[in-house]
Amino acid sequence: MDNLNLVLPEILVSLSIMFLLILGVFKKNSSLLTFNLSLVTISVAIILTINETFSLNRITLFNGGIVIDQMASLMKIITLIGAFLVLGISSTYLKSFKIFKIEYPILILSSVLGMMIMISSNDLMVFYMGLELQSLALYVLATFNKDQLKSSEAGLKYFVLSALSSGLLLYGCSLIYGFSGSTNFDIIANQLTSDEYALTFGIVFILVGLAFKISAVPFHMWAPDVYEGSPTTVTLFFTMVPKIAALTVFIRFLYVPFLNLIDQWQMIIVFLSIASMIFGAIAAIGQTNIKRLVAYSSIGHVGYTLAGLATGSNDGIQSSIIYISIYVVMNLALFSCLLMLKRNDQYYEDFDDLSGLSKNHPVLSLSLLIILFSLAGIPPLAGFFAKFYVFKAVIEQSMYFLAIVGLLSTVIAAFYYLRIIKIIYFDKEKEKYDSDHGIWLKFSLTFSTILILLYFIFPSKLIEVVSRIIII
Amino acid sequence: MNFPILSSLILLPIVGALFLFFTKDKEGNNLTAKYVALFTTIVNFFISIYLWISFDQTTSSFQFVEERVWIKDFINYKVGVDGISILFILLTTFITPLCIVSVNNTVKNRLRDFLIAILIMESFMIGVFCALDLVVFYLFFEAGLIPMFLIIGIWGGPKRVYSAFKFFLYTLLGSVLMLIAIISIYWISGTTDVIALYELGIDAKYQNLLWLAFFSSFAVKTPMWPVHTWLPDAHVEAPTAGSVLLAAILLKMAGYGFIRFSIGLFPVASEVFTPLVYTLSVIAIIFTSFIALMQEDMKKLIAYSSVAHMGFVTLGIFTLQQQGLEGSIIQMLSHGLVSAALFLCVGVVYDRMHSRLIKTYGGIVTIIPKYSILFMLFTLAALGLPGTFGFVGEFLILMGTFKDNFLVAVIASFGVILGAAYMLWLYKRVIFGKLVNEDLKQMVDLNRSEYLMLTCLAVPTLFFGFYPEPLFNTIEVSVTDLINMHNLNIASK
Repeated sequence: MDNLNLVLPEILVSLSIMFLLILGVFKKNSSLLTFNLSLVTISVAIILTINETFSLNRITLFNGGIVIDQMASLMKIITLIGAFLVLGISSTYLKSFKIFKIEYPILILSSVLGMMIMISSNDLMVFYMGLELQSLALYVLATFNKDQLKSSEAGLKYFVLSALSSGLLLYGCSLIYGFSGSTNFDIIANQLTSDEYALTFGIVFILVGLAFKISAVPFHMWAPDVYEGSPTTVTLFFTMVPKIAALTVFIRFLYVPFLNLIDQWQMIIVFLSIASMIFGAIAAIGQTNIKRLVAYSSIGHVGYTLAGLATGSNDGIQSSIIYISIYVVMNLALFSCLLMLKRNDQYYEDFDDLSGLSKNHPVLSLSLLIILFSLAGIPPLAGFFAKFYVFKAVIEQSMYFLAIVGLLSTVIAAFYYLRIIKIIYFDKEKEKYDSDHGIWLKFSLTFSTILILLYFIFPSKLIEVVSRIIII
Repeated sequence: MNFPILSSLILLPIVGALFLFFTKDKEGNNLTAKYVALFTTIVNFFISIYLWISFDQTTSSFQFVEERVWIKDFINYKVGVDGISILFILLTTFITPLCIVSVNNTVKNRLRDFLIAILIMESFMIGVFCALDLVVFYLFFEAGLIPMFLIIGIWGGPKRVYSAFKFFLYTLLGSVLMLIAIISIYWISGTTDVIALYELGIDAKYQNLLWLAFFSSFAVKTPMWPVHTWLPDAHVEAPTAGSVLLAAILLKMAGYGFIRFSIGLFPVASEVFTPLVYTLSVIAIIFTSFIALMQEDMKKLIAYSSVAHMGFVTLGIFTLQQQGLEGSIIQMLSHGLVSAALFLCVGVVYDRMHSRLIKTYGGIVTIIPKYSILFMLFTLAALGLPGTFGFVGEFLILMGTFKDNFLVAVIASFGVILGAAYMLWLYKRVIFGKLVNEDLKQMVDLNRSEYLMLTCLAVPTLFFGFYPEPLFNTIEVSVTDLINMHNLNIASK
């Protein structure tokens, strides 16, 4: 009998999803209660994850379908914390659009459950199940503001394209199963002989599917529209949480069964990485909507994350994980600022709306300044260290071309971040925005900005945690 | 010596900035904020004076070294000074209070934020000059972009956005290559500690590429021809205090970087690329001097003269000889004082007439005599008249160059003549001549704070012009040691 304690967080989340659904049916006006109960569920899940699994080394469960290791625990914790904060921030936003409903927290919980399964998956089937669970929840979340045309459009687009990529992914899975005789990562790894070139097809299909999920170029087309159309809090969720799970799967998929085939997939990852970095930087220049800009900038950031993955070394994996963790914090901070641009229950998300913000809202603009410089990767802010670790790992493998392209694209990317700073600080001011924000928003902004600003004082802490992750 | 004196030099301005951040910003003339900033920087100046006094001039090893684990098994926070860097720290702490005094008339809005930016800038600049780890150096070097970008962009002139962007992107583009080089050095040598790297040396086969990567960063920052174009724009648009910081200290980071890293870490490559640097420097000296002659905007003229002067500096550094190197250091210090003073001088008349065009002025010698005298002193120092600080460095650089390469020295000497031409012509057109513009009669002479600033700069300009001995005593051992180490490395290759 496997030790069920290890999957207690997943069990808890799934039970509470069912419970909340029933609660929603039988109790009228239970939105607030559902929200609070979901928050409690997530926080308990965080505590359980830390207590039960955080100090464990690699353990597999359920015939090797689920794996619990350092990476899984850390990524689950980041996912859960991300979901917790998103849920907390969301309520004010949803209320102002009159879509404060029980479905929202339940959908968030289901997608989180899907991600947790993805993160722990050690088997193609388990991984696909988790992926679909989270995707289905995310489609609905994207359309959550169903009275708005853009939101419905976003959801539909996301659904169609994502279903296509899931199909590709599934086809890849079947190819791999056909040629290796198993869906379990460990067994595939053992069975693999390096001259099985047919397997490469399977890998490519799966990589395409995964690249779609993390919106790497050239599979990024859905991202800007979906990010723009979805309700802002959902966009925040999109930019933060699913990326973590997808990255984990990416790492596990490439490094557990197919490490020996690194010659086959390394070039693909390098290409995805370079294309994403350059495209993300250049395409963002012309944007005027902040959410669209975030979409393009997230494409760029995914490129840097993939650069770490392309190295084929433990340092590279760790640097990718560090990158994504810091990126999540920066995104949280950026969206907290975005959600503060509210006047009379209307939210603003264009560049023009930021014009001269620094006159009326000095603290908010200062936070934005810090966040944007950090996203641009200027020291001594956290974003610089994220890039620094990635390029350290990349250069260790003598992949100078990747490093040079990556760093040059940071210069291009710096341009559009500077443009926002210019609008905030150098342009004429507009009307004041509301200044009474919810405690959640204030907390998440302060918390994340301080993390970004003061990361350089104790950079070792994060590394210590991440350096325990050893995949190879 | 356990007190972390260098770290406190770096931290003190930040503490001051934090304090300012939590005080309330008042509209108009915010005296409290100014006094706080002034007090912080002056205390910092005295600390650095104390540092200089207790500095042991007989040894070339790094002093006041502090080392702390920063990123485990990777980077240590390490700072320390030797004879070369200590003078730049002094220059920084000396110029910054003057900048703060100068905001009196120039910065009209958001004074508190401006002072915060200046203070943060100061601590980054000090950090650059005492960092003894490549990554720490890079951190300070790059971080300085943020406050400078804001200083130009928020408080600058009409074309400020363009200039701020140009400044930021040019410098960033140069620097990212340096970052790649730094990480490569870590993988090649296993450390980024400068002292350890001095001892270990870097394999000669990597040096050329690494040198070029560092060069790309420093050349933009110096700025050398042909990547100098951001400087005139930045200078023209920046507020006076920003121009002063830019000319007096930011440009020196690159010169310092050349000495500390390019020569110190890559001796073989430095030898290889000397012709390149010579060519670019000579072009900078002659070409930008001609451009300076044709300028109609005073700030732009001085900006181009900065490029020319920095051309002398790079020339001197890569003679790789005692005189040349010492001359370059002295030239950087003197240029720091003199260009700061010249920008302040332009600021003085700009505050009164709101024009930087040379043709606005003319014949103001009788109206503002005190100003004219001080301006003359700095003009003469800028063109390198014997008896002023400007002469010492230029002379030594040319002497060093003559030993190394006769032709280059001859061409560079023409630069001195051109320098005299544009500076004197500028002075003549602004101060002398017939008083045509009637508005000029309304001008008042220097007020107390302006007088104070310019005198503060005039005294060392004259003093070190006659008696540069204390400076030489400080740098001599370090420079000799650097040259010896360099020659040793070359000989062993």
